[in-house]
Amino acid sequence: MDDKVKYYLEIADNALILSYRLSENSSKGPFLEEDLACTNIALDLIGQAESLYNEAAKLNGKGQSGDDLAYRRSERDYFNTILVEQPNKDFAYIMVRQFFVDVFNYYFHTELSKSRDKYLAAVATKALKEATYHIRRSAEWMLRFGNGTEESNRRAQDAIDELWKYTGELFNASEADLNLRESGVSIDLKEVQSHWNLKVNEVLYLAHLKKPNNEFQLPGGKNGIHSEYMGLILTEMQYLPSKYPDAIW
Amino acid sequence: MKKAAIDEAQLLKEFEEKIEAEVKIEPRDWMPDAYREHLIRQISQHAHSEVIGMQPEGNWITRAPSLRAKKILLAKIQDEGGHGLYLYSAAETLGVSRDQFLQWLHEGKAKYSSVFNYPTLNWADIGAIGWLVDGAAITNQVSLQRTSYGPYSRAMIRICKEESFHQRQGYEIMWKMMEGTKDQQRMAQDAIDRWWWPALMMFGPHDTDSPHTSNAMKWKIKRESNDRLREKFINKTVPQAELIGLKVPDDQLKVVGKDQMGEPMYAHGDIDWDEFWRVVKGDGPCNKQRLDHHINAHENGKWVRECAYAYQIKTNNQ
Repeated sequence: MDDKVKYYLEIADNALILSYRLSENSSKGPFLEEDLACTNIALDLIGQAESLYNEAAKLNGKGQSGDDLAYRRSERDYFNTILVEQPNKDFAYIMVRQFFVDVFNYYFHTELSKSRDKYLAAVATKALKEATYHIRRSAEWMLRFGNGTEESNRRAQDAIDELWKYTGELFNASEADLNLRESGVSIDLKEVQSHWNLKVNEVLYLAHLKKPNNEFQLPGGKNGIHSEYMGLILTEMQYLPSKYPDAIW
Repeated sequence: MKKAAIDEAQLLKEFEEKIEAEVKIEPRDWMPDAYREHLIRQISQHAHSEVIGMQPEGNWITRAPSLRAKKILLAKIQDEGGHGLYLYSAAETLGVSRDQFLQWLHEGKAKYSSVFNYPTLNWADIGAIGWLVDGAAITNQVSLQRTSYGPYSRAMIRICKEESFHQRQGYEIMWKMMEGTKDQQRMAQDAIDRWWWPALMMFGPHDTDSPHTSNAMKWKIKRESNDRLREKFINKTVPQAELIGLKVPDDQLKVVGKDQMGEPMYAHGDIDWDEFWRVVKGDGPCNKQRLDHHINAHENGKWVRECAYAYQIKTNNQ
């Protein structure tokens, strides 16, 4: 696969699968305003994914559409991180997962908006505006959880402890990513990581929440090796295009 | 005591004069208790309908068959929730809190539109909900833009702007499916077969059997009768169905004349009122499922609301 297409898909798949998880939470929020906020972020993310799939399909030059890329690949050919596949165990899991990704997206898109690939830079500039709002919301929830009640602190800490091992993958550069460095298309994830660490440390400190001591990390998604959840997500998401391959919706 | 009674008669007279002159009633204005109670019931029922209506559509978000379809459906569900918010706010101006409205819903004391007690079984059901259910809702809501209570009227004006997009996207789904494969056409026909009658029932019982209509019409809360609104909906919708090759599942449906614009007017077959009342009273396919879902989400969110409240108190005291 072309490096650029692979790089586009990594970013798009991360947005699509997180959007999927957020959209599952529709009508299940703790109150109506937060219910709508989750849907709103799901919409932002799917918009980002769509722009990238459409362009990747063109770059690919195989006559596919953006929808074909989103809906008609096998599990092994999706390159999102394992973090975004993790299920909506409770509102603390949803928001901790979101916080980790929002902080990443904020600094990632800040860098990517300087990419020499003009299309990527434009998508990142738009995504950065959205990420600025997303990070504010999820960081506020960390402060509420941590400083709210004993139960909210415990639930948030449980989510942090369980999800921590999937955060490292955000900063693992794939081969395609590394190959695109010299031409200035892809961006340095180490830079993003140092910003991410500072921000996460700051917010967790203010929230009286702890970074886990165990540094074990479980990557795989960027190479197409996912968690068991991924197959189920795709089974559901691809249901109609798989069952009725000739239909146009 | 006597003075108060005189004052109340005077207040009622002034209230009725305002209604007569099409002056909107505002939250701080005096209003008869029965007017307030009618509005509390109607607006909260309307708000609950928007919120419970998120469930049958939400059933297909994860399976929406294209990125565009998924975006539209997410945006639509988000709109419905937003309408719920406007309407809860409008209802709160009558002196009842949102928490209280939710409690009444959970206790079965407050209703929501029965149409959401039917299941969404294939993708065309998402089209049918937009086209028929939102289409029926708009017919009613356009008329409610002129309702006499200010906050309700203003909420309706905002809501109507968004609902017409909902109806168009629903019709577009149906139209695309009727242009598509045999399987898609079968799904679309199946959807109208199941949603047509519940959509007609949304307008409520015939005028002769509608217990709340007379006061509501007198006070201009309601501006047009159930049967009149139902006719308008049928006259508008049947030609749309025919245009894309869908058969309306009513053997007795027939053209009985033309309106001033030369458009056909229809007479329809009998509505199954036994089914209507059965579903209203709780025995629809999804009544328990919808309410349980709402109660579960609310209970699962209790610790979140407590946490947000505790944090607010702490930060306010700092």
